[in-house]
Amino acid sequence: MENVGVSQNYMMKQRVKSGIYFVICVIIALICLVPIYIMIMNATHTHAELIVTPVNWLPGSNIVSNIKAITTQYSDWNIWRAYRNSLVIAGSCTILTVFFSAMTAYGLTIYNFKIRDGAYTLILAVMMIPIQVTSTGFVQFMVGTLGLSDSFIPLIVPSIAAPAVVFYIRQYMKSSFPLDIVEAARIDGCSEFRTFVSISLPMMRPAIAVQAIFAFVQNWNNYYTQNMILLSKSNRFTMPMMLQKVVNVDKNINMGARYAAIMLSILPVVVIYICLSRFIIGGVALGGVKE
Amino acid sequence: MASTAQSSIKSVSYAKYGYIFIAPFFLVYCFFQVWPLINTFILSFQGNGIETGEWVGLSNYSTILFGGDSRGAEAVSSDFWHSLLNTVILWVGNFIPQITLSLLLAVWFTDSKLHIPGKGFFKVVMYLPNIITAVSVSSLFLCLISNQSTSAINGILLNSGRDAIQFEGTSIFSGDAGWSRGIVMFIQTWMWFGNTMLMMMSGIMGINPSLFEAASIDGASSGQTLRRITLPLLRPMVVYTLITSMIGGLQMFDIPYLYHSSASTINEHLMTVACFIYDKFHTGNENTVSYGYAGAASIMLFIITIILGTIVFRMNRDEDEHRKKKERKALIKENKAKIRLEKQGGVF
Repeated sequence: MENVGVSQNYMMKQRVKSGIYFVICVIIALICLVPIYIMIMNATHTHAELIVTPVNWLPGSNIVSNIKAITTQYSDWNIWRAYRNSLVIAGSCTILTVFFSAMTAYGLTIYNFKIRDGAYTLILAVMMIPIQVTSTGFVQFMVGTLGLSDSFIPLIVPSIAAPAVVFYIRQYMKSSFPLDIVEAARIDGCSEFRTFVSISLPMMRPAIAVQAIFAFVQNWNNYYTQNMILLSKSNRFTMPMMLQKVVNVDKNINMGARYAAIMLSILPVVVIYICLSRFIIGGVALGGVKE
Repeated sequence: MASTAQSSIKSVSYAKYGYIFIAPFFLVYCFFQVWPLINTFILSFQGNGIETGEWVGLSNYSTILFGGDSRGAEAVSSDFWHSLLNTVILWVGNFIPQITLSLLLAVWFTDSKLHIPGKGFFKVVMYLPNIITAVSVSSLFLCLISNQSTSAINGILLNSGRDAIQFEGTSIFSGDAGWSRGIVMFIQTWMWFGNTMLMMMSGIMGINPSLFEAASIDGASSGQTLRRITLPLLRPMVVYTLITSMIGGLQMFDIPYLYHSSASTINEHLMTVACFIYDKFHTGNENTVSYGYAGAASIMLFIITIILGTIVFRMNRDEDEHRKKKERKALIKENKAKIRLEKQGGVF
């Protein structure tokens, strides 16, 4: 029975290998987590404490005073206003993106019309155009010609046209949307638009949910467009913009307040991520075309 | 299925609803994307600052590419070439570690012979940095590693009696550009390797598992399996990731733009093409705004993207759809009248 020895040897080898890989994975995971952990711990210490010990592994007791001290770094800091502005923009963008993308994808899948293939090819082609290419003309048109600086309109309305989301919802419909159900609704006398809203939209829910999460996170994290439209009025600044103002202060630096501001800025996204990580991890490979 | 539906309701055409359903997308797209693109093109042939709106022909392009007589023009040109160089350096420096790390991890996580405990947890943790706002990430790293003596690393160095390090570098000609570029490359890798890893994993899981089984029965080692099976079959995925990452690299903006501790200046070693363009058009003052230079640089970025995009588009093409289209064309040759009917009366 020398076979047993071979297989034991083999099992042993695999086990050792798995062990080594596990340790490497733990190290990489720690590299991902440690900066975030240090930030949270440091946010609970005062500036004076942070000068003596710049990296803290244990929590302190000054989190509240640090949060209050953020206004000493940037006097227009207002956490609720920042959250609210970001939420208004990211929320409306998400709704518009998923609704109109689903509608476009539906139109492209269900109906047969002359320009359909051309329109779809065009959507695929424009998916690749980087925002930097159009932003010069965008800013000059929005701020210069239309005078929409500090307005949310140029930030929200363009999200109706999201080529990548259309692409993925269409892929989903191609693979798992029963076309017969539209036919059935027609026979029952349902109007085309109502078929879409009350029958098809609920059926596309899995695809829409994943895309909605990504759209929300993407818009919440957006800094590029917001910073080029929201120029002067600080009461319209979003979370990333306010945070950037806090961190760019040169005088009377309060590190505790800085760490607290960073912590507040990432808190909502991390909470959402932890709750929905299953969907997010599953959806990444679907929504791969990003930065 | 389609043919039975078509033959039963030939007379009713729903084609107009197709147009109605896709209309909002294209209207908004034209207004907020196509027109700005055309506008960028127009602006690239017009002047800068107070001369905005005056036609200057190709002079923006020639200034950006070759400089000019004045010192300002030379500065713009050298900035642009530096920004291109920076973009390439930063992209290469973050892509190579990123793809290596993601491929390795993806292979480990999908190998059925290995038993790494807590795979799900690792995936969640490794993707976490990607979900965090880029501004928060750059702010966090600025608090940890920056020029300021209050930053964590410099704090530790000073407390232990050593000198603080100028992590952000001082000028483009000084030798300490390595620190700031290295840090930005690290942050970019830190943020994006989880994303690439998940993409690679979905690619590997798309490979027919019987190939791996056959290899393992034939006694292939895991190194052989990786080299002879996984990598060759994963090649389209790797190339796809390479090109999307290249296009993403051309857009690299947030981290390089924000990684500097003083309020107003962009770090010269980190000025990417995207930062160059942004810097030129982003100013409230109409005397200093340079729409012309920004436009010309944008158009050049656009041309590069089109070249890269064409490659990825050819690979990303829906093969079934493509084959169907070819078949349809053959059918047209065979029977033109039938096709005409299908076009007019087709429901699906």
